[in-house]
Amino acid sequence: MIALLKRDLALATRAGGGFGLAVAFFLILCALVPFGVGPETSALRPIAPGILWVGALLSCLLSLDRIFALDHEDGSLDLLATAPIPLEAVTALKALAHWITTGLPLVVAAPVFGILLHLPGQATGWLIVSLLIGTPALSMLGAFGAAITVGLRRGGLLLSLLVLPLYIPTLIFGTEIIRRGAEGGDPTTPILFLAGITAGVMALVPFAAAAALRVNLR
Amino acid sequence: MSIWEYANPVKFMRVSGAALPWLAIAAAVCTLGGIAWGFLTPEDYKQGSTVKIVFLHVPAAMMAINIWVMMLIASLIWLIRRHHVSALAAKAAAPVGAVMTLIALATGAIWGQPMWGTWWEWDPRLTSFLILLLFYIGYIALWSAIEDPDSAADLTGVLCLVGSVFALLSRYAVLFWNQGLHQGASLSVAPGERMSEVYRYPLYVSMLGFLLLFLVLVLVRTRTEIRRRRLAALQAREMRA
Repeated sequence: MIALLKRDLALATRAGGGFGLAVAFFLILCALVPFGVGPETSALRPIAPGILWVGALLSCLLSLDRIFALDHEDGSLDLLATAPIPLEAVTALKALAHWITTGLPLVVAAPVFGILLHLPGQATGWLIVSLLIGTPALSMLGAFGAAITVGLRRGGLLLSLLVLPLYIPTLIFGTEIIRRGAEGGDPTTPILFLAGITAGVMALVPFAAAAALRVNLR
Repeated sequence: MSIWEYANPVKFMRVSGAALPWLAIAAAVCTLGGIAWGFLTPEDYKQGSTVKIVFLHVPAAMMAINIWVMMLIASLIWLIRRHHVSALAAKAAAPVGAVMTLIALATGAIWGQPMWGTWWEWDPRLTSFLILLLFYIGYIALWSAIEDPDSAADLTGVLCLVGSVFALLSRYAVLFWNQGLHQGASLSVAPGERMSEVYRYPLYVSMLGFLLLFLVLVLVRTRTEIRRRRLAALQAREMRA
């Protein structure tokens, strides 16, 4: 299992793996918003948590179809399906690899982009906390969407259509944490909700993703 | 005699073919009758004539949710017992459900403009229906994207299960996110809260009509799907011969 994780990380970080593209996309998104709504602090500050979370969502979406598509093309997915470790574990590991290469860089980069959007200083900590708790769920749900669309030739657009509605609860609680944190309120409740969603997703979605993969590998 | 006998397409086609004309007549009578009766009701003292949109809005909203539940049950039956009719019924129900959701949203907007002074409000109920519509669209899109019918049935079934959990989760997450403008239950059992009998009885008729209408549409669409499947099987046999 460790070997599989190492292999996926190596594939993602080497040339052509697209490592860092998500962060670059995130940066472009955060740079485009002020052109759309105007550069005033009063305009940017209230929408900053939402923009940062929606940006993280979309950047995450960008690399989802790579989770299984390349392995499906060269046949290594069939080998993984017949490997001694269960397919559920494979999907969870693939999601973990996706999170390390996409979600974690986003978490690290988000505070910097928060400065661009005039996010209040005391909210930065909550931004990191909410992304750290929420992005694993994004990767796991994305792996489920990727598992469903892996056999399709033009699955990319469909993938976003299927996955984005699943992201709504995560988005709601994630932004709520930052909003309450920025206003000096107590964000414990949304943190617990978000952590609950992530824990539930990590526990249950691998089974759905593995079921979808088995159908696609039939 | 058990319900599983109808999993046999031949039996399903025979029974549904016989029942369809009667169901269609009943659906037409109840839907048109309920709405026409609704138009003859007196005007509400506060809402004026706009109250009459309730005879379209409430049944459509009710069906929008219940059709998803029916799809969930049909998907479960397909995933567990592999009855093809069940998968096809889920496929047939999805566009009907999506249209019901659209009707509920559209009539709500038309009513909201004079009453709330806005076409759209990010109210929990309205938002949940918009999310439900997104789930319907994703489900329909997945059905149309996959060529192999059995894989399509399996994958949409799994999507329906996961989607149900998340639609429900979104419903309550949205409550957390924004407080509502939409009134509570229109058909509460508690005496003081429910609407006057003048409006309630036409509404019941209209709701029954929408339920029958849904049954008719799903039966017709399922029969079409079964025939399409048979046609494909015949063509495949031709090709081999």
